[in-house]
Order: sequence, then C-alpha cells, then structure tokens
Amino acid sequence: MIHLENVSKSYSKDIEALHDVSLDIEPGEFVFVVGSSGSGKSTLVKLLMKEIEPTEGRIVVNKQDLGRLSRKRIPKYRRGIGVVYQDFRLLKDRNVYENIAFAERVIETPGRVIKKKVPASLAMVGLAQKYKAYPQELSGGEQQRVAIARAFINDPKLILADEPTGNLDPQTSWEIMQILQEANERGTTVLVVSHNQEIVNAMKKRVITLKKGVVISDEQEGMYINED
Amino acid sequence: MKISSFFYCLRQGFKNLWRNKMFSVASIATISACIFLFGIFFSIVINFTNIVKSAEEDVPITVFFNEGTTTERMKEIGEEIAANDKVKSVQFTSADEAWQDYQNTYFSENPDLAAGFAQDNPLAGSDNYAVYLNNVEDQQDVASWIETIDGVRSVRQSEVAANTLSNFNVLIGYVSAGIILILLAVSVFLISNTVTIGITVRKEEIAIMKFIGAKDIFVWFPFLVEGMLIGLIGAALPLSLLYVLYKQAVIFIMDRFSILTGLITFLPAKTVFEALIPTALILGIGIGFLGSFSTTRKHLKV
Repeated sequence: MIHLENVSKSYSKDIEALHDVSLDIEPGEFVFVVGSSGSGKSTLVKLLMKEIEPTEGRIVVNKQDLGRLSRKRIPKYRRGIGVVYQDFRLLKDRNVYENIAFAERVIETPGRVIKKKVPASLAMVGLAQKYKAYPQELSGGEQQRVAIARAFINDPKLILADEPTGNLDPQTSWEIMQILQEANERGTTVLVVSHNQEIVNAMKKRVITLKKGVVISDEQEGMYINED
Repeated sequence: MKISSFFYCLRQGFKNLWRNKMFSVASIATISACIFLFGIFFSIVINFTNIVKSAEEDVPITVFFNEGTTTERMKEIGEEIAANDKVKSVQFTSADEAWQDYQNTYFSENPDLAAGFAQDNPLAGSDNYAVYLNNVEDQQDVASWIETIDGVRSVRQSEVAANTLSNFNVLIGYVSAGIILILLAVSVFLISNTVTIGITVRKEEIAIMKFIGAKDIFVWFPFLVEGMLIGLIGAALPLSLLYVLYKQAVIFIMDRFSILTGLITFLPAKTVFEALIPTALILGIGIGFLGSFSTTRKHLKV
C-alpha cells in the first residue's frame, strides 16, 4: 500500500526532516508512527498527502508513484485517502451533514446518493442525531467523529490519522481508536501518527519509531519507545 | 464539471456572501465607493462633452456671394455645400432678413433711427448661408473649400472659437482618461487587498477542500461567483444613489442658477444612465472577477 524508498526531505540546508527513510506498509495493516517533536512524523504525512515533495527518493502509494503524479491528478489521488487531523479541520460555517456531504460533492456524487450515504456514515460514528449541529456546538470527541465519518465516506483504502487523539480525553481517545480498529478489520489500511504511549502500547500493532528524521525502530506488536 | 456540480458551486457562491458577511460588506463598500466616484465623474464628463458639442453646433461659417449672383445660383451653391459630408446643416439668410434681424437687435428700443433706411437696405448684398458643421475641427478645411466655389465672395469663420472648443475637447479627453485610469487602479488595488484578506482568513477552508480531493475549479468557482456578486451589488447600490442624486442636482442647479438656463442644457438622467449603467455594472463585475480570480489562484497550491 505504501512504499518509501530512500526518501529524504530537507526544508533548508541545515534542517533535514527525513533522512534516507525506506519502509513498506502492506494493504490491511494497522501501523503506528511514533517519535518526539521534530522527528519527522508530520513531514511523512505531508509527503504521503503530496502536500510537499521529497528532496530525494521515491514514494509509491496505492500503486501510484507520487513523483510522477501531475498536479491535475492530485485531487483524484487524495480522494483515495481518508485523512484525520488532530485539529479536526472541519468547515466551521457548515453543519455536520454539510461537512460530510462536501467530501462527496467534490467527487461529483449525485445528490440522491449523498442523501443515503451521509446518514449511514454518521450512524457509523454514532452522530446520526447531530447532523444539523455546527462544529463549534460539538465536543472535541464529536468533532473528531465527524472528521472520521468524512474520511470514511468515500471508502478509502488508506486512512492517515495525524495525532487523532491529541486533543481528546482518554475515554474519547479510546472510542476514536476503536472506530479506526473497526475500519482496519474491514480491510482499510490505517496509519496513525501518535504521541499516546498508553494507546500505542495497548493496541499491540506495528510501531515505526522516528528520531531526527531516521527510522530507529520498526517492530510488529511494537512498543512506544520513550525518547525522553 | 457536471451540471449539478455547476449549480452547487453557484449556490455556494451565493451562500458564501452570507457566510462571510463582514468580508462581503467590506468588499461591496470598497467597490461601491469606487463606482460612485466613477459615476460622478462620468456624469460630469458626459455633460461637459454635450455642452461642448452644443457650443460647436453654434459656431457657423458664414458664406457671402459676389455682387449680382442670381437667386438660382445661390440656391445651387447652398445645395453643393449641403452635400458635403462634413456639413451638418445650411441656413440661408437673405439681405432683407439680415436687415430685419439687425433692426430687431439694435433698434428695437428706437425704431425711428432705422426709419431713414426704409427704402434703402444698408445690408444689401449681404445674402448669406450659415453653414453648421458636424465637427468644429473641420472648420478650416470646409471654409477653404467653400472659397473655391464659383460665385462665393467671402467666407467668415470664428477660428478662435473653433480652436478653443477643439482644444477643450482634447483636454476633456485627456483628463477623462487620466481620472478613469487612476480610479480603476485604486479600485483594483483596494479590491485586491480586500479579497486577499478574505482569502487569507479562508485559507484553512481552501486547504481542507484540497485535502479531501476537491479539484481547483471546485474551490475557486464559488469564490468567483462570490466576487462577481460582490461586484454586481457594489455597482448597483451607487448607481441607484447616483440616479436620484443626478436628478436632484440638475433640478437644484437649474433652480438656483437660473442664469444658466439657455446657456447649458443638462442631459436627461435617462440618457446619462443608459451609458453609465452597463459601464458601471461591467466595471463592478469585472473588478470582482479579477480580484477573486487572481487572489484565489495564489492560494490554491496546497
């Protein structure tokens, strides 16, 4: 699903966010990427979203070589990835229904299909009753569920979650991880960037640890390596 | 883009106007201010041009004939002059009519003074044509040509008046172009700044749209609709105000300065606004379009 080959990314001469990173993530895997601040986790997500270009190396996601992907084809590529961010990134001036429907609008799904899919997606994250609410009227956990519903609506093969529990209390964090776990059990590849030691250790998934842009550990049923 | 998506984006453009009320009001106010100034200037210029044009029409060339020229020949000369493309109209005044006009003008209060000339027209031989031109700048050319016509004794023209009006026309042209260019530059600068602020505030929104796979057109189309709507409203508001103000201003000036009656005629509001409305609307929508288009494109590279 994800193939990184000697990938490096420098923002300037002195700052190398990633250095010679090579890794493979197979379809259907659930992977945690951990590391302290500045380890290169966010740079990795940005590279996978084709938000930035690598300085060196090759990235292949879902059989698409990102180096050869033209600007015109980026939207279609991104539609195959569901993204969940720490700060939810919901459109504040649109209600829950409209936020999720928008992800369908952009791929020009007919209105009648959207009307069926959005309620189903909201039901999956337990927010069917709050479809009229605006993001600011929801708790952090509810906002993250909306973001997850939006990420899942196009049935992506890959979910990228960048610190999805970073702004949530422990109980809500577990609920969010449960939703991601269920998606993974349905066959979706899930890559979670996380700082949450308790969750990473408890879930016993593959853990890739980055330090100063280098992969220092990659273990199945791995543990959170505390750098501090 | 599918038709349903086109209408969706169109609706979003309308909704964005309301969603971003503060930005919309600021942008509409900016465009309105510029169009209002433009409208005032436009009304002044179009009236000035009209006044100058009327003045041009009142500056004729006077054509006198050789002694003994027959009435037949005078008529032929008149027809020959009237056939010239540069000539707007030709008006014949006989010697008797000329004397009558003179008496009316200078002896109306003392008719006895003119009585001595009752049987002897002092203006005999002053039959003439007053030739009015389409364009006052052609006066010298036409006068020179008329002098070559057989039977014409002399041609009188007011070179000073013609040159003054001609120069005034050129001056109005330059001043109009200059002020319109300055107004346009100021409008584009102001609207570009306003849109930039609006887009910067919504940069996150654009980024979210891009992350979930929206094509560029899906992102910028609603912004364009929004920009053009802002331009349309920004132009329509000052136009309505200008219409009322123009009518009131004409009434006020003509009432307050009755000395001007007969000297200048203001164009009717209908004539001014037949030209101003399409110009201002195109200008407003154009400014809104350009402002949105240029600034949205800058923020699309996410």
